[in-house]
Amino acid sequence: MSVKSEDFRPVIVAFCCNWCSYAGADLAGSSRLAYPADVKIIRVPCSCRVNPMFILRAFEKGADGVILCGCHPGDCHYSTGNYYARRRMTMLFSMLDFIGVENGRTRVEWVSAAEGVKFSETMNSFVAKIRSLGPNVRLGDLRCKN
Amino acid sequence: MNLCEEIRLVSGVNPLKCMKCGKCSASCPSYNEMDIKPHQFVSYVQAGDIEALMASKSIEKCLGCFACIERCPRGVEPGKLLDAARQVLIRQRGVSMLTPDEIPELLDEETPQQLLMAAFRKYRR
Amino acid sequence: MQRIGVFVCHCGSNIAATVDVEKVAQMALQEQGVVHAEDYPYMCSEAGQSRIAAAIKEKGLTGIVVCSCSPRMHEATFRKCAENAGINPYMVEIANIREHCSWIHKDMTEATEKAVILMRAAVAKVHLNAPLQAGESTVTKRALVIGGGIAGIQTAIDIADAGYKVDIVEKTPSIGGRMSQLDKTFPTLDCSACILTPKMVEAASHENITIHTYSEVEKVAGFVGNFTVDIRKKARYVDIMKCTGCGVCQEKCPSKKTPNEFNRGLNLRSAIYTPFAQAIPNVPVIDTEACIKFKTGKCGVCQKVCQAGAIDYTQQDEIITEKYGAIVVATGFDTIKLDKYGEYAYGQSKDVITSLELERVMNAAGPTKGHLERLSDGRHPKEIVFIQCVGSRCSDDRGKPYCSKICCMYTAKHAMLIRDKYPDVNVTVFYIDVRTPGKNFDEFYRRAVEEYGVNYIKGQVGKVLPQADGSLLVQGVDLLDQKQIVKKADMVVLATAIEPNPDVRKIATMLTASIDTNNFLTEAHPKLRPVESPTAGVFLSGVCQGPKDIPETVAQAGAAAVKVIGLLAKDKLKTNPCTAQADELMCNGCSQCANVCPYGAISYETKLINDHGIREDRRVAVVNSALCQGCGACTVTCPSGAMDLKGFSNRQILAEVDAICR
Repeated sequence: MSVKSEDFRPVIVAFCCNWCSYAGADLAGSSRLAYPADVKIIRVPCSCRVNPMFILRAFEKGADGVILCGCHPGDCHYSTGNYYARRRMTMLFSMLDFIGVENGRTRVEWVSAAEGVKFSETMNSFVAKIRSLGPNVRLGDLRCKN
Repeated sequence: MNLCEEIRLVSGVNPLKCMKCGKCSASCPSYNEMDIKPHQFVSYVQAGDIEALMASKSIEKCLGCFACIERCPRGVEPGKLLDAARQVLIRQRGVSMLTPDEIPELLDEETPQQLLMAAFRKYRR
Repeated sequence: MQRIGVFVCHCGSNIAATVDVEKVAQMALQEQGVVHAEDYPYMCSEAGQSRIAAAIKEKGLTGIVVCSCSPRMHEATFRKCAENAGINPYMVEIANIREHCSWIHKDMTEATEKAVILMRAAVAKVHLNAPLQAGESTVTKRALVIGGGIAGIQTAIDIADAGYKVDIVEKTPSIGGRMSQLDKTFPTLDCSACILTPKMVEAASHENITIHTYSEVEKVAGFVGNFTVDIRKKARYVDIMKCTGCGVCQEKCPSKKTPNEFNRGLNLRSAIYTPFAQAIPNVPVIDTEACIKFKTGKCGVCQKVCQAGAIDYTQQDEIITEKYGAIVVATGFDTIKLDKYGEYAYGQSKDVITSLELERVMNAAGPTKGHLERLSDGRHPKEIVFIQCVGSRCSDDRGKPYCSKICCMYTAKHAMLIRDKYPDVNVTVFYIDVRTPGKNFDEFYRRAVEEYGVNYIKGQVGKVLPQADGSLLVQGVDLLDQKQIVKKADMVVLATAIEPNPDVRKIATMLTASIDTNNFLTEAHPKLRPVESPTAGVFLSGVCQGPKDIPETVAQAGAAAVKVIGLLAKDKLKTNPCTAQADELMCNGCSQCANVCPYGAISYETKLINDHGIREDRRVAVVNSALCQGCGACTVTCPSGAMDLKGFSNRQILAEVDAICR
């Protein structure tokens, strides 16, 4: 199955930390810095709240890419949460890569509350990457398909 | 693609970044020789008046010393615009103004090395 | 089964222009459990809120979804509205269809589609919401101000006047900050010391203010209302209680070769020193790197001459631990380093100086006793060139992208003062723009031009060349006259960009306060909460938040004080009910959650558990909800899945994921 990249509308889930990147996304919004509508944001209290299970579930349910945004290292609202997130995601992403969900489909990015521009640029480049990779077929739950 | 777009593409310069501080003209060693001054390169490209820029004396008078490029606080780098205009001009004419063989006989002891480097850079294409 | 109401806000045209709000409301009605959906121009208005209240009562709603702006804007508004209408405030969820949708997308179909998905995710989450009760925590009625410049002093005085205890922690040996280094202040030309010193004295003598100079914040723990802070009081080697401030030790000290920081290194000071005459406290410190006694063990002159017996070479750094309810950051600024600006010859010629150095040169207590002279040869200059925007408004890594805001005005001040005192000196200012927004600011600048004959040239300087005869050749451009100017000058003054104090990053990390790419502290909202950090209980005062002049700094300092007073006036604070909770039946007591908890909120108890009829004693995790801040680190670490976060539970987030990927 090949889908032309211009017709392909990926499903992208972005987990954003309430204290930094969610506010960064708000700033991108109030500064009118556009990024594709394919990105849907889920608010979490900290990047360390993101259970690998959530990411697996997203891919299982048909997501084509998952991005996790947290505070810059050292700037975590809860001191150390983003370090946990970074370690967990390093493990998870290498495992996902091993089972065929390429590394390009997953990303961790540090975006502060003041970085609306960075948020928008990150989302634009991530969506472009996912579009170039095409739909995710590896983890999709066959029972979910029509 | 029109000339203006071509110049922007070749130079990689976004003239809209210019804040008109004039540091390029303040730095330029051949300012007094030029009819269109370094800070004006940007406004000519902004206005789309490329023909005037290409017809100007400045094209030949720029030493290519990079002072304007080095010191520009906004990363506009007007020297690149002129360089691009020069390239476009040379392509239009289809010939280089100088071949490397002609250079040695033009040399004299007073010629600054910088000028030679700039000349090679200008005319190599 | 929940009975859910969905309310779609138009936000005037902010949302309605790109999102088909009616369609979002229609689509909501097709969702399971949604019994009511409507759209309204301004949901946050009184009329909008009363529609929500009415729907709750009429339709017996148990959960609310508001599709509107960011929850960071109006979540509290709608929660309060729900609470007033009789349902638990935590049964409200916001779908952010403004900042995350209508404002960033142009295509109506696409934006509407996304808004519907965001609405569905919120509905899916609300289905799993449970009523939550906010807890309470106490407030320590004492504030900490980090930084003893004009911002910190003003904040401290205002808080102290309201009857609360305040501690000021200042890194240098004296309070006073940058303002104490200034000679005169614009636009009134008040003597800086004359207006600052009374404030310093007021702070020092205030019964509610404790000043820790030569001290630094070492560690911060806790949260709003209950911070615990370790302060390192560096050893002064002078007993602050015994010293009378007579100054004999400084006179007699044989080591006088250290650059004087207060005079920006333009002259030298002794190893035992007070930074300036009006220092508070007027007690010197010993610089151990310069002191002969500390370096070689031989000397001890200061101890011999001190009649009060205040010198104590055995003093050690002391760490004190204090409790605070609120913390104000007032760490101020410094000028940027100019080593990347070779073209201005700063560092090559002593006669190229920064504006802050000129303040010291002009000051009677400065290196030249207030006489305007060249620092290279002491000659009186005839021609002075000022260069504006040195490092400001610069998009490359040499400088700062922002406008430093104060330079246009202080340059006008310097030019005016020089022309006033020395009419024989010609003053030229090269500028890009003259920015004078402020009360009496433009009038001040025009006076410099019209009455004092300062020569303003629109254009920049390309380079400054030190000449063999000691003069400086300045090559600039006059953009209005279209000519390049090559000018001989005796002195060049650089309006150097300012940057936040380099220590602020360390302090921000300790406070978990957010900081921007330029190291300015971020405010909770750029317009509506300009003196609060997004971290509760942390407030911002002065230039640490953004470039400011003195009146603005004082105004912001007062505003920060009011916010602190508002916090300290409360006896109890409501705590976030979104805390972690362990399922006793699933917990196996492995301690992994306690290891990752940054607040030490998790402990273990042995409890009698009834596991489906099997009754046994088990070791299980217990979360102290007063300490838990709700980060969720434990929930992911827990191998048995016993730990969950209220308000952001595994099931809730999975429901959102499912709704988005559907």
